[in-house]
Amino acid sequence: MSSVKTTAHSVVEPTPTVKRIAGAIVILYALVTMIPLAWIFLTSIKSPPDSISYPPKIVFTPTLEGYCNLFTTRTRQTPDYIQALPAPSSTCDEITRGRNMVIAGPSNYWPRFGNSLLIAFGSTFLAVSLGTLAAYGFSRFRVPLADDLLFFILSTRMMPPIAVAIPIYLMYRQFGLSDTALGMILLYTAVNVSLAVWLLKGFIDEIPREYEEAAMIDGYTRLQAFWKVVLPQATTGIAATAIFCLIFAWNEYAFAVLLTSGSAQTAPPFIPTIIGEGGQDWPAVAAGTTIFLVPILVFTIVLRKQLLRGITFGAVRK
Amino acid sequence: MTDAPSTIAERSADMLARATPTTIAVRVRGLSDRAIAWLFITPTIALLLAINIFPLIWAVYLSFTNFRANRPNAEVEGVGLRNYQRVLNDPDIWIAMQTTAHFVFWTILLQMIIGFALAYLIDRKFRGHAFWTTVILIPMMLSPAVVGNFWRFLYQPQIGLFNYIVSFFTGIPPSSFEMLGSVTLAPWAIIIVDTWMWAPYVMLICLAGLRSIPDYIYEAAEVDRASAWRQFWSITVPMALPFIMLAVLFRGIENFKMFDMVMLLTGGGPGSTTEVASITLKREAFESWLTGRSSAFAIILFVAVFGLANIYVKALNKVKQR
Repeated sequence: MSSVKTTAHSVVEPTPTVKRIAGAIVILYALVTMIPLAWIFLTSIKSPPDSISYPPKIVFTPTLEGYCNLFTTRTRQTPDYIQALPAPSSTCDEITRGRNMVIAGPSNYWPRFGNSLLIAFGSTFLAVSLGTLAAYGFSRFRVPLADDLLFFILSTRMMPPIAVAIPIYLMYRQFGLSDTALGMILLYTAVNVSLAVWLLKGFIDEIPREYEEAAMIDGYTRLQAFWKVVLPQATTGIAATAIFCLIFAWNEYAFAVLLTSGSAQTAPPFIPTIIGEGGQDWPAVAAGTTIFLVPILVFTIVLRKQLLRGITFGAVRK
Repeated sequence: MTDAPSTIAERSADMLARATPTTIAVRVRGLSDRAIAWLFITPTIALLLAINIFPLIWAVYLSFTNFRANRPNAEVEGVGLRNYQRVLNDPDIWIAMQTTAHFVFWTILLQMIIGFALAYLIDRKFRGHAFWTTVILIPMMLSPAVVGNFWRFLYQPQIGLFNYIVSFFTGIPPSSFEMLGSVTLAPWAIIIVDTWMWAPYVMLICLAGLRSIPDYIYEAAEVDRASAWRQFWSITVPMALPFIMLAVLFRGIENFKMFDMVMLLTGGGPGSTTEVASITLKREAFESWLTGRSSAFAIILFVAVFGLANIYVKALNKVKQR
């Protein structure tokens, strides 16, 4: 903030005209970059013919067909067969019959989404737990070769995922971890723990040592002081770190596509494989994408003050 | 409190503990600080050794063999440095490296220009700038794979929104160009999506740089009657430079590894025009199953990223010290 706040117009304060022009350009940019996201949502509530019409439709009758197609698998039937069926039991039933099809069963979307949740939360919990302990260790104690160890922890993140995936693939095949949630949780934990250690060390460095020292003079052991004094102070930092780990694991594609194929597959490798009759079913893909992106939108807004720290591994803190 | 008590100190603390009231005794009889330090750090190091370093060593071993993962029972023979020779003499791999360099160069250049410009404008602190900053940041938080997949739809020649908007403003018929199918346009299709996604990242780091410049420097420049242009080049740019360089480092490392977006947008095509190093590696390792050879390639890539990043960090530290 300005150090000469007292004067009405500081020399470094931009003039109203400059502000207005700057604001207009930034808002225009923001709106343009939101178009693809708006289009994802709009496509998700279009019918398949509307979604591929030319020119692209902005005004259309919204339908849940994309979501129905995302959640179900369907088979084509003759109109006579459909006529003979009892009245439709759900909206999706009705929509599907309108296309001369009947619902054959649920699709794989929710199981894949569930895998994403399990793997993301599991690995985040582990990475943040391990990371908090290690960060406290590095922050408060003189660890031999601390800088080398910290750099080693960071450097594990520089490897292209495909390069890491080759030996991991072989190792997992050997130990029966291929296509298991446990394997993916361990892998994502290992990737995220480097971020967690670096971020949390920064957060814990900011908590004055005097707090723990006071607690220890009052009779706490080091562990009690860590548990009852440091952890509560670090809650914001831990929460921010957890969200970053969660987002990484949630978004990850390269490892997931190479190491999972069936029961442990997460949503990112699954969504591109959603197809309908005669090519990609874009409303269904858009519906799956929308549901997948909503949690991230919420987290981005929650995290906005900590984003800078997270994306730079704590290198930039302001 | 001392950080790393010596054993003598520990022993005397223990003796002291026995002779003192319980509250102090509880404190000193707990685990020693050094024990806690190791107890806290070891699990992380152990996990990284198991999931990162052990596989890396295995990859180094494999890179000297003719092992193929799809033939686990075939006899494994050592081939010495032959894999490395082959990789370094393979023209396809050099083309992939050039493609990667091309992507890294253009994405970083565009992201730096757009990111810095946005940061500079946001730093004019117009009303509502905090809200719009958050809006701009949204794309970088999303999954490159899932969103990249949807961009494939936007780039469809006849029905895609991208082609429609381009034709709306230029008059070129929307079905006359294929962003993903054309040899000249496909690299740009990927560069556009990458820039859309990551320019906000650069913006955020540059914004921190601009905000770190104290106002009094500008005030002093104003007193000296330095022009706005002069102030920009003599104060703003040099003082924000360490931040800009940091952004280049992070984006450079990430884009060198670029995989998700390319895989989903073009899969390396058309032909091999967008085949970056990661895609070549994936093809060799998981489609041709040349495990030994692809391990050698992986090691070469790792050494390259690591070496370049190290040189760069040294340069960055020099700029910071200035």
